[in-house]
Amino acid sequence: MLYTIVKQNSYQDSVNLMLLTNKISTMEGINKVQVMMGTPANKDIFKGAGLYTDELEGAASNDMCIVVDTDSEELIQAVLDEVDNYLNNQALSSSKEAFETVRSWDKATAALPGANLAIISTPGQYAAEEAEKAIDRDMHVLIFSDNVAVEDERRIKEKAHEKGLLVMGPDCGTAVVSGVPLAFANVMKTGKIGVIGASGTGIQEVTTEIDRLGAGISHAIGTGGRDLSEKVGAITMLDGIKALAQNSQTEVITLISKPPAKEVRDQVVQLLQSLSKPVVAIFLGEEPHNHEGNVYYANTLEETAAIAVDLVKGNPIKSNYNTLQGDVPAVELKPEQKTIKGLYSGGTLGYEAATLISRGINFDNSGDHAEGYLLNANGFEVIDLGDDIYTQGKPHPMIDPETRIQYFQKAAQDESTAIILFDVVLGYGSHEDMASALIPGIEKIQKEAQANGKNIYFVATVCGTDQDPQGIDDQKAKLAKAGVILRDSNNQAVLTALAMLDITIAEVQKEVVPAKETATAEITVSEAIQKLLTEKPNVVNVGLKKFTEAITANGGRVVQYDWRPVAGGNPRMRKVLSVLR
Amino acid sequence: MYGQFKTIDEANRAVIDKVVSGSPFLVDVVPAKSVIEELNGKALLHAGPPIKWENMTSPMQGSCIGAALFEGWASNADEARTMLENGEVEFIPCHHVNAVGPMGGITSGNMPVLVAENRDGGNFAYCTMNEGIGAVLRFGAYSDEVINRLGWFRDVLGPTLSKAIKVKGDGLNVNVMMAKAITMGDEFHQRNIAGSLIFLKEITPFILQTDVDDKDKQDVIQFLADTDQYFLNIAMASTKAVMDSARQIQHGTVVTAMCRNGHEFGIRIAGMGDQWFTAPVNTPQGLFFTGYDQDMACPDMGDSAITETFGVGGFAMIAAPGVTRFVGAGGMDDAVSTSNDMMEICIDHNPNFSIPTWDFKGSCLGIDARKVVETGIEPVINTGIAHKEAGVGQIGAGTVRAPLACFEKAIDAYAVKLGLIEPAVNE
Repeated sequence: MLYTIVKQNSYQDSVNLMLLTNKISTMEGINKVQVMMGTPANKDIFKGAGLYTDELEGAASNDMCIVVDTDSEELIQAVLDEVDNYLNNQALSSSKEAFETVRSWDKATAALPGANLAIISTPGQYAAEEAEKAIDRDMHVLIFSDNVAVEDERRIKEKAHEKGLLVMGPDCGTAVVSGVPLAFANVMKTGKIGVIGASGTGIQEVTTEIDRLGAGISHAIGTGGRDLSEKVGAITMLDGIKALAQNSQTEVITLISKPPAKEVRDQVVQLLQSLSKPVVAIFLGEEPHNHEGNVYYANTLEETAAIAVDLVKGNPIKSNYNTLQGDVPAVELKPEQKTIKGLYSGGTLGYEAATLISRGINFDNSGDHAEGYLLNANGFEVIDLGDDIYTQGKPHPMIDPETRIQYFQKAAQDESTAIILFDVVLGYGSHEDMASALIPGIEKIQKEAQANGKNIYFVATVCGTDQDPQGIDDQKAKLAKAGVILRDSNNQAVLTALAMLDITIAEVQKEVVPAKETATAEITVSEAIQKLLTEKPNVVNVGLKKFTEAITANGGRVVQYDWRPVAGGNPRMRKVLSVLR
Repeated sequence: MYGQFKTIDEANRAVIDKVVSGSPFLVDVVPAKSVIEELNGKALLHAGPPIKWENMTSPMQGSCIGAALFEGWASNADEARTMLENGEVEFIPCHHVNAVGPMGGITSGNMPVLVAENRDGGNFAYCTMNEGIGAVLRFGAYSDEVINRLGWFRDVLGPTLSKAIKVKGDGLNVNVMMAKAITMGDEFHQRNIAGSLIFLKEITPFILQTDVDDKDKQDVIQFLADTDQYFLNIAMASTKAVMDSARQIQHGTVVTAMCRNGHEFGIRIAGMGDQWFTAPVNTPQGLFFTGYDQDMACPDMGDSAITETFGVGGFAMIAAPGVTRFVGAGGMDDAVSTSNDMMEICIDHNPNFSIPTWDFKGSCLGIDARKVVETGIEPVINTGIAHKEAGVGQIGAGTVRAPLACFEKAIDAYAVKLGLIEPAVNE
C-alpha cells in the first residue's frame, strides 16, 4: 500500500533526496520509496516508478514528497523519524588527514616545499628509479624496499654523495632523524647518542636498550645491509659517521654492523679512530678482546647500548657488560629435552642469538646455512622468520603472528625442544598487539605439553619502549601472565635460556689499549646533511601509507605519494613516454 | 620536430595559451542546416567518434528515429527505423562539422543550434539547445511530446533567442557568465543552474525588447526559467569553439577533444590533428532514481565531455559542492581530492575561472595525454545516466572515466609520427 507524506515548504537538493531515498529503502518492511520535490517533472518520475498518488497532485515545487510502499502503516512514523534524522545530520563526518596525498613527484614537491627526505617503499624493481628522482630533487633518501640490484645501490649512493645527500638503505627498515621515527621505528627519548647501523633490528635493539637505561638518542641512521660490502664501499656509513661526528647534538657515536669486508672495515675503523668523539662499535659475530683508543668494541647489542650510556653519562667503562642478570628459573625437563628453538621476527636479533648459542654449545657456526636458518646444530635451531622465503605472499612476522605460531607448534613437536626463544618487536609499523596475537598459540602448546606430562618453556625479549604505540609494559605484562619468561634484552633472554639448560658462555673482559696513531681526518659535511640532523624533516613518503603516522605524530611534515608504476609498468608505454620528453 | 616549438612542453604551452586567450561569445541561434552544409542532405550528426547504426545504443537509435520524424523523412517510427537500417541516412560526428551534441548528440538540419563565436580564433562552434528533463530526444525519446517540443524550438524558442541576441548587438560574453557561475557552484556539466540563471538574467531584457508576440515571450522565459541545465549546451558550444581554435596548433600532447558515442570513447590530441583514438566506453556509475539501477544504465554517451577537455565538469568538482556526492557519498574532501587528482594530469590552472572553494585556484587547464598514461589517472567525467532502452530517458547521474587506452594509443601514434619509436609490431 502506498502512503504519501507531503512536507510543505521544505526544499532539499535532489542529490540529498536521492541519498535519503537510498537510505530509507534499506529499512526493513519498505517495499519501495521515493523522496523528491513536487515539481511537475518529478511527479512524472513518481508515475514512472508506479508511486504516484492523488495526494501528490496538490504538491508544489517547494514541497518535499515522500511516497512509501509498505505493508505496515506503523512504519510510517519510523520513516518520518529517519527523514528528520537524516536531514538534521547532513554534515558529513570528514576525517581530515594531516597530510596531502599526491600521485606525482611534481605535485609532491609543490605540496611540500622544502621537502628534504624521501621514504621509498615501492616494489624493489622500481625503487632505484624513484630514489634517483628524489636525489635529482635534492632530497635525502631512505629506501625501505629490498631487491635493489647492488650496482644500482652503488650508483645511487655515489650520485647522492656527490650532491651531499644521504641514502639510507636499500632494505633500511628503521631510522630516526631529529626525533622523527622513520619506517619501522620505535619512539624514544631524545639524547646525545648517535647511532648508525647496517641492520634494522640491530638499531632497534640498541636504541630501545639505550632508552631503557635512561639515556636518549640524537639520530639513528640506517645504511642498509650491503653498505659495508666491497661493492658499495660503505659510502653511506662513512658519510653518516662524519655527519654524526660533526653534529653538535651527538656526543657518542654507536655503530652496528655485521663484519664488513676487510678493506672496508679498515677504512671505517680508521675514520672512527680519527674522531674526537667516543665511539662504540659492534661487528656482530666478531669476538673483540680490547677497546682501542676512542673506539669501544662490544660483544652484544646489549653491551653496545650499555657502553654508550656509560660514555654519555661520564661513567667509567666496565670491562664487561654481558653478565647474566636475574635468577635462572628452575626447570623440570624430560631427559631428551635438551635444545632451544629460536624463532625470530628480527633478523639481527636472531643472528645474535645464533652467535651466542653456538658459543654456548661450542659449535662453529661459520658455515653456510639452509635458507632462513641462522643456526641448525644438534637440534638447536635459530630461524629468521622475516627471511624472504617465509614472507613470500605473507606479511612479515612483525606484522602477522601466523607464521610464528605455526613454527612454535613445529618446534613443540620436536621431542628435544626444551625452550622456545623469541622476540616481539614493537614500534610504528609493527602489529598493534603482538602479545595478544601470540598468546593463544603459546597457551595451546603449553597445555598440550602438560597433557603429555612435560613442560615447554617460552623465553622472550620485547624490543620496544614505553612510548611506542603498543606500550612495552602492557606487552610484557600480557606475555608474563601467559607464563612467558621475559628478559630486558635479547642477550639476557639468550643467556637465560642457555642457563636453564645449564649452559654458560665464557665472558670476555676488555681493556682499553691505545689506538695506532692515526691522523685526524678532515671532516666536511654537506649543508644538506647538516640540515637533516638539525631540523625535523619534510618527508615525501613514496609508497606505504602507514609510514606517515610516525612522522606526523612526532612533528615531521609529510606528503603521501600514492605511488603506482609509471604507465602501469607497461614497457611499451614507458618507452613512448621516455621519447616524448 | 615540433614545428616552431623546441620541445613538447613548449608546444603544449602554446596550445593552452590559446585556451586561456579563447573568447567565446554567444552570437546567434540558427537552424543547423544554415551553418552546417552537410545537414542539407539526409544526414544526422551524432555524438562521439564515427559510428555505424548497428553499433549505436538504443537511446541513440531512438534519437535518430525522433530526428527522422521531426524532419518529416518518415511518418512513423517503424518507417523511420527501416530507413535508418537501410543506410538511407548519412551519420556524421558532430565534431567533424564544428559541432557538439549532448548524450546521443543527434542533430538534424531544422533543429536550431546555439552559435558560439571564438573572437580570439575567429572560429565558430554549434550545439543544439537543452530540452529540459523527462522525455527528451537526447535520451532517445521520440514521442509526440518530444517532436512537438522540437517544433516549438524551431518555430519559437530559436527565433526568439536569435532576435534577442541581435537586440543586444555584439553577442553575450560566455567567459564572463562562466566566471561568475563557477563562483556560484556550477561546474558546467552536472550543475548549470547558476549559469542558466545568469543567462536568463542577461537575455530576458532583450527578449522583452523583441517584436515576438507576448505569449511566445512568456513561454520562452518560462522555459528558460524551468530548464536548470540550459546553460550546459551554451558551455559546450563555447568550449568547443575554444578547443578548436587551440587545436590549430598541431603539435604536442594536449587533449583537444574527448567524446563518446555509447560504443567507443574517442579523444584527439593536438599533435595528431583530426585523428581519433578510441577505446570501448565505460558505463557511468552513480545515483539512480527509484525503480532504476546500475544494470539499466546505458554505456557512456555524448560530446559534453568537451567541458572536461576544457578543464571544467568533473575536473572542477571542487567548484560544485552541491553535486559532489555523485562521486560517491563523499563531501568536500572527496571533491578536493577529485580536482587535485585531475590537476595531476593537467599542465596548469586557467586564470579565467578562479574557484573560491579551491583557494581561488583557477580551473584545470590542458590535459596532457602523457601525464594520463604516466600516472594512470583517467579523466573523470560528470554525466547524466540514460536508460539503456530508448525513450525511458534519464534514470540517474554520476561519473565515468575516460579509458586509459585512448591516451596510450594517442601518444604511441604521436611518437611513431615523430619517428621517435618504431610502430609496435603486434598492432
